[in-house]
Amino acid sequence: MQLTNEQQAILDGAQGETLAKVMKTLIKYGEVFGAEKMVPVTGKHNHLVTSFGLKALGPVYDLMEQLISSGDISKQTFSVDPRPLDKNVPANFLQNFIFNNFMYSRQDYYEDQLSKLGLMDKNAFTCTCYMDEVGNKPQKGDILSWAESSAVVYANSVLGARCNRNSGIMDIMGSVVGYVPYFGLLTDEGRKATWIIEIKTTKKPEAQLLGSAIGMKVMEEVPYIIGLDKWLGTELNDATCTYLKDFGAATASNGAVGLYHIENLTPEAVESGKTLLSENVKTYVIDDYELEKVYKNYPIVWKNPDSTPKLCFMGCPHMSLQQLKDWTDKVEQGLKKSGKKKVVIPTVFTAAPGVLEEFEKTDYAARLKATGVITSYICPLMYMNNPLSGKMPVITSSNKLRTYTTARYYTDDEILEQITKGGKK
Amino acid sequence: MREFKGRVIASGTVTAEALVSYGGLNTLASFQKALQFGDKTATCGDQNNKDLYGKQMAGKALCLPQTIGSTTGGLVLYCACSMNRQPACMLFSKPIDSLAAAGAVLADVWLDNIQMPVIDSLGDDFLQYVKDGMKVSVKEDGTVIVD
Repeated sequence: MQLTNEQQAILDGAQGETLAKVMKTLIKYGEVFGAEKMVPVTGKHNHLVTSFGLKALGPVYDLMEQLISSGDISKQTFSVDPRPLDKNVPANFLQNFIFNNFMYSRQDYYEDQLSKLGLMDKNAFTCTCYMDEVGNKPQKGDILSWAESSAVVYANSVLGARCNRNSGIMDIMGSVVGYVPYFGLLTDEGRKATWIIEIKTTKKPEAQLLGSAIGMKVMEEVPYIIGLDKWLGTELNDATCTYLKDFGAATASNGAVGLYHIENLTPEAVESGKTLLSENVKTYVIDDYELEKVYKNYPIVWKNPDSTPKLCFMGCPHMSLQQLKDWTDKVEQGLKKSGKKKVVIPTVFTAAPGVLEEFEKTDYAARLKATGVITSYICPLMYMNNPLSGKMPVITSSNKLRTYTTARYYTDDEILEQITKGGKK
Repeated sequence: MREFKGRVIASGTVTAEALVSYGGLNTLASFQKALQFGDKTATCGDQNNKDLYGKQMAGKALCLPQTIGSTTGGLVLYCACSMNRQPACMLFSKPIDSLAAAGAVLADVWLDNIQMPVIDSLGDDFLQYVKDGMKVSVKEDGTVIVD
């Protein structure tokens, strides 16, 4: 790899042994993917994936301590994924005991480390850091060192920033040393599409289902999607960005997509159109039948598939302000239709602390509370990722949560029916 | 016996029993339980991985196409190495993905006395040929011999 004098000096230890190791790590990582140079991180803030003080990850906290001790903290302030605990979320005595005393026993310790390393503020815990209410929204063309697959795919695709699908720890190393290896989605060539996806559905496709189908088909490649602008329009407004947030998270978790282009909608597709296509692109046509087929093929990993759901999670990734408002209307209407006063399944809507703060200022907050729905800043994935919660019959419309846990996926309409009416299993 | 040649990501020599995942390995789902509950044999906890679920991964020649799942994957692999619960080696049929590469590089640079050879690009033939329990030897230059 060709290094600048400054980068070489860091590697040689001019700024200390620890920073030299950080540089060495990023260089070796880049060399695996053929990177020939290191480029400066230009985004204002970083975003880290590791938000949890999980007892099992002791070696990570030891490494963070090395960075803190040597003074090698992040050059950018950063947001981080959602907290794994929130007392507002229903949990039984045993779950609470295990969460607090065993699994996440190092939460306070790790949050203290994050503060020392450069956390934006004490509430900067969310996977949707790019929401206006949170304040970590990169500019088009910014080079990032983010992890968190749903945030990376959003930053690349909707905002036009440039970031690889980095792993935890690699994320902070980029902002500690200020450089990342230049490869993959940072390059023009790496941002070219190798798949054309033709949308031929008869109605607006469910975001989480469409993302899942595309992710499973293209895996880590870049899709160029044609025909979705018919349903989403050509403007990146609140509703469209919310759709793309959920769609992207599904492409990234059901596959490993880090960037997608949507014709006439996402910035690079608007700018460059079909010149973004590589030679020899493959084609995948998605119609109603294909989406139905994908949905029907999801394995049901509940011990008893006929169990009555004990919990419903909405908001993986975290919901937007508009989404919270829209769902308040939907839940109210659903309850009115079924003649019930409150939701019949304990239901949690999750969103960023900043988004929830804004939501509380609206009259929707009291209305949603009256329906029995709970709001929380928790990470549903972290709540589910243990044997006790794993045995619970939990439902969700998040395809990411379905993929990583035992939660069962339903479409938005089916979720609404289940939580307001019940009966459907 | 067949010989395969791949690219060296982390060098080393080792001989171990093969453990094969024909689909992608979800690192977080596979290792979390073992790291959390002190299981030194690193029993795979990923219910969605029919090839590996319930099998011991520590000390095995883990053969796989790529890793998948959460971007915590690299740090989970790093932790497995740090706690000495890592596979004897990781042998990828495809080019390595960014999460597994991160784990391999982190372990290589930041941990002393940990050896986990990592070879990628061994080809689809490799994964079609190798089966659980076969003896696998890895050489310094990326040669993998399957008995």
